[in-house]
Amino acid sequence: MSIEVRNITKHFGDFRALDDVNLSVPTGKLVALLGPSGSGKTTLLRIIAGLEQADSGSGSILFHEEDVANTHVRHRRVGFVFQHYALFRHMTVFENVAFGLRVRPRKSRPNRRDIADTVHELLRLVQLDMLAGRYPSQLSGGQRQRVALARALAVEPKMLLLDEPFGALDAKVRKELRSWLRRLHDELNVTSVFVTHDQDEALEVANQIVVMNRGRVEQIGTPDEVFHHPQTEFVMHFLGDVNAFHGRVIQGNVQFGSLKVPLLENRQQIVGDARVFIRPHDVTIDTKTNGLPAIEARVVRVHSAGPLVRVELLTSANQRLISEISQERFVTMNLQPDSKVYIRPRHIRVFADS
Amino acid sequence: MANHTTPWPAIGEKALVRRLLIAVSLGFLTLFLFLPLVTVFAEALRNGAGAYIASFNDQAALAAIKLTLLVTAISLPLNLVFGLAAAWAIAKFEFRGKHLLITLIDLPFAVSPVISGLIYVLLYGMHGWLGPWLTEHDIQIIFAVPGIVLATIFVTFPFVAREVIPLMQEQGTEEEQAAMMLGAGGWQTFFRVTLPNVKWAVLYGVILCNARAMGEFGAVSVVSGHIRGKTNTMSLHVEILYNEYNFVAAFAVASLLALLALVTLALKSLIEWRSRTAQHSPFVPTSSEEESA
Repeated sequence: MSIEVRNITKHFGDFRALDDVNLSVPTGKLVALLGPSGSGKTTLLRIIAGLEQADSGSGSILFHEEDVANTHVRHRRVGFVFQHYALFRHMTVFENVAFGLRVRPRKSRPNRRDIADTVHELLRLVQLDMLAGRYPSQLSGGQRQRVALARALAVEPKMLLLDEPFGALDAKVRKELRSWLRRLHDELNVTSVFVTHDQDEALEVANQIVVMNRGRVEQIGTPDEVFHHPQTEFVMHFLGDVNAFHGRVIQGNVQFGSLKVPLLENRQQIVGDARVFIRPHDVTIDTKTNGLPAIEARVVRVHSAGPLVRVELLTSANQRLISEISQERFVTMNLQPDSKVYIRPRHIRVFADS
Repeated sequence: MANHTTPWPAIGEKALVRRLLIAVSLGFLTLFLFLPLVTVFAEALRNGAGAYIASFNDQAALAAIKLTLLVTAISLPLNLVFGLAAAWAIAKFEFRGKHLLITLIDLPFAVSPVISGLIYVLLYGMHGWLGPWLTEHDIQIIFAVPGIVLATIFVTFPFVAREVIPLMQEQGTEEEQAAMMLGAGGWQTFFRVTLPNVKWAVLYGVILCNARAMGEFGAVSVVSGHIRGKTNTMSLHVEILYNEYNFVAAFAVASLLALLALVTLALKSLIEWRSRTAQHSPFVPTSSEEESA
């Protein structure tokens, strides 16, 4: 089932949590709402669920092209997974998952046998069938979150909304659950929206990423699009480390440091002052000039523990920047603190200075 | 040399200090709690078990016991409903006057019970605000059972609410939201999610409320009128007997109230223990005011 968000605005007192947000989630897609805290992503999710009301007269939420303004939360058939699980603490895992089926009106309530079958099937799906008799307090965080997911799925929701589903888990469990969620989605194909502030999580799991900032949508696109073609400075910053330079656009070229680089076609409208961004992995290092234009710099510090080597540099104009190079390259160049190097950007992004 | 008498020599007190502290608190307990309690039973049984039992074989005593049970049976459910409703409203909703409501709930703790009794006399008494209207319609509240019930409800109404509010506030509303998202209606959510989560706190409040309702003296004394066999509760009856120098009978009735206090304590400890061992219900009872006969 598709979700359509039209011109939604939401205030909490004087604070504008959402500012005229538009968004559409096609059927069967897995969409990430990505942004820093306070960007409005959770508010948006809760408004879609019906747990929060948008400002009156501010717009509408459509499920499958139907306005749900007057549909009560309990009839929206939305599966919601809370950041802190919100499992019923006095019920066993089994009872938690069975809850949504047991509270159905008598007419549509499955019999005990069918409920038990459904619950066990779901618990197998989330790999927790062994723990059906446990209480939430006896489970680990990752297990609790999987119970919460099974519980949400029990009512056969038309869509799944997840609020920072892995936010409260430690890094390793998070990574496992992340790819597991991806596989689960491929299997079930239920339209899903999840909120996260972790760009890696969004990039890895989602079909589509909605980057949010200060109650507004900054960019909507596939992980590739938002990562490789950020539309705004904010998106560039938020989706990874960047080195920022002040630059100037003159006759189709941008000048920064001692370099002059031609602008790409889609950036031709920029004139005058500009800001130039280079991702650390796009900064190449050479120990010799090779006669090509380059910025002179000095190595300040080297972090070699990791798949890539992070090199902190200081340019001759006293600007700090970071470069990430492969371990092999690092070894061949024999970089030491204070080594003199020449750096060149492989790829830059230019934004008009605002 | 290191001091080996405490498990934590670095932070522990000297043995002498510890013993002194324990002795002081035990001394106080003996003097002010244990001895009076023993006295109640000793005095009641002074003339043997026969006299003790005979004390209850008295119309007025039986009437007092019955009245106490009746008053408790009425005020307890009302308090339960009020306590849950108030706790639910305070913990789960935001509304104007919330802080006022919280303050008002504590009012009976702040006001002397005698004053609360007096308020009812001023309201419903013959010469009170509503007195003429009540007389006209032949309704008697003061110096009758309804007045005693009203006074008891007033004095006891914080008990359930005070126990449940902090727990509900701590638990928040996420589980209720989850229940709603899963299709549960309001009542289903209340009976399947909210109530089970606070059941130990509710029970704890009910037990305290029960003890207070049975033992209340001040407020009830003002509105009762002390009509023997009609408007005397147990605690009032004890006073009358005592003033008549009928010590054995007085202490016999008092021993029932003391017994009630002991049972209350036992139940209270049981609930604390149960709620601690029940892993899914992190209910820590708040310190409570109690009054025994």
